[in-house]
Amino acid sequence: MFPTPIQKRSRAAQLTYQSILPIALIMWLLPLLAVMLFSMRPLTDFTNGNYWGVPSSFEMFTNYGRVFFESDMPRYMINSVLITVPTVVGAVALSCMTGFALGIYKFRGNLLLFFMFIAGNFVPFQILMVPVRDLTVNMGLYDTKLGLVLFHVAFQTGFCTLFMRNFIRALPYPLIEAARVEGVSEWRIFWYVVLPLMKPAIAALAVLIFTFIWNDYFWAIVLTQGPGAQPVTAGITSFNSQFVAQYHLMSAGSIVAALPPVAMFFAMQKHFIAGLTLGAVK
Amino acid sequence: MTVTPLLFLLPGVLFFAVYVVIPIFQSFQISLYDWDGLGEATYVGLENYSELVGDRAFEISLWNNVKWLVLYLLAIPAGLFIALFLNQTVAGIRLYKSLFFFPFVLSQVVVGLVFSWFYLPREGLLNAVLGFFGAGSINVLGDPTLATYGIIAAGLWPQTAYCMILYLTGLNAVDPEQIEAARLDGAKGRHMLWYVVIPQLRPATFIAFVVTIIGALRSFDLISIMTNGGPFGSTRVLSFYMFEQALSEYGFRMGYGSAIAVVLFMIMLVFIGYFLWSMWNEERQSGH
Repeated sequence: MFPTPIQKRSRAAQLTYQSILPIALIMWLLPLLAVMLFSMRPLTDFTNGNYWGVPSSFEMFTNYGRVFFESDMPRYMINSVLITVPTVVGAVALSCMTGFALGIYKFRGNLLLFFMFIAGNFVPFQILMVPVRDLTVNMGLYDTKLGLVLFHVAFQTGFCTLFMRNFIRALPYPLIEAARVEGVSEWRIFWYVVLPLMKPAIAALAVLIFTFIWNDYFWAIVLTQGPGAQPVTAGITSFNSQFVAQYHLMSAGSIVAALPPVAMFFAMQKHFIAGLTLGAVK
Repeated sequence: MTVTPLLFLLPGVLFFAVYVVIPIFQSFQISLYDWDGLGEATYVGLENYSELVGDRAFEISLWNNVKWLVLYLLAIPAGLFIALFLNQTVAGIRLYKSLFFFPFVLSQVVVGLVFSWFYLPREGLLNAVLGFFGAGSINVLGDPTLATYGIIAAGLWPQTAYCMILYLTGLNAVDPEQIEAARLDGAKGRHMLWYVVIPQLRPATFIAFVVTIIGALRSFDLISIMTNGGPFGSTRVLSFYMFEQALSEYGFRMGYGSAIAVVLFMIMLVFIGYFLWSMWNEERQSGH
């Protein structure tokens, strides 16, 4: 193990390490801790210039309550859910199939198609922006959740295919051969043999895509406009102009907007990291 | 047997073609037109591109992209450093790792807001800390010479977390026997890291490199949230300038915007080409 395990070092080194850890963490999260502290302060603290002292009162419930009951925030949050969840389902479903086809079958152009998915996944969004916006407008889907979902599903299919194909490649191939010898049809092999084995990959992708899509901002401002369809990342800018310079409310608002992917991460940590670090180890 | 893979591929390929592959070519085409997005488009040849050459804002954006690319790569050594720091087995270390990683889970919008407040001249924590050490206050995002660096620093926060998690996973898989053997040979500290550990972390470094380059060239959210391109257009990058030209109050110049997007795409293509080439070699080696 590298570096040398701290247990093998002197007692002094161990104590130093143990005390540096929390300090380093606090420094690392300092900007965020500041925002958390802001979100609990009353307005008067800001007008009195008491930014960093002890809050004159703890107004957590009032501040967060106002975010939920006096703004469009709940609508934006619901929009985010209604955009994110269908995208996750769509992209995972499509890529299970493309990953299966590219991972199991040998045919001409297999690798070429696979590399097309990878390459498309890396392109800058701006090269897609004008045509995709145009297409969405022409389909009558501008400023709708469906318009965003369709694009996200298509784009995420690139990354998901890369992921699924490599996962399927690592499955024991003799299993599929055996099923073929038994005369099981290809659809049934996909459904009854491969899909059950893909559960960990599906879980990992689902949490990753959930986070990516929830956090998307660029496409939200390109393809949607108002509280009718906008997700929370785009909505927060309108929220902030509603509560201009009221840092206690803006802080609370952005914490609320950030919470779902954070909760998702802490709940599904193992899958999340497995997905993110795929390929980091040979 | 030959149709089956086709059927499995069809929906995915169709979606991907319509929303990703074809639009790339369409953007190339649009970049040759003068078009406001609604009315008739007029063919202008390479005029949009020749206009770019003399465009001061384009030049600034391009330079800022270079700054982003170079400085963003700091996330890789920084991530390795934190990973080495955290690669221990003491009580509660798992929670520490998660909390160090957690900025990556935040949306760039939230990161942007958090850092703009952090930098605020009066209310911001940065100046409170500087003041505590007796330094004068600075307005990071209001200063054209500092603003881009301030935004890049904000971007490095989640990016470093990402690289850290890649390296933590990589360190987990480092062959303990090689480490022990090197240790018997008297390798220690820096030498051990450079000659034994880092070579074994190659796959993690490659991915860290890919995601960091892509992240640097995709930077948009932070700029839009933190400065909106200002002050005086000093923080624009190509992705942001393209958006401004094509879709904002500065007018709907779809053709000109597409030309900027094409330039950005070409820059990205150099890296994409290199990534794909590496992966292609890998594929051929592993085979089936």
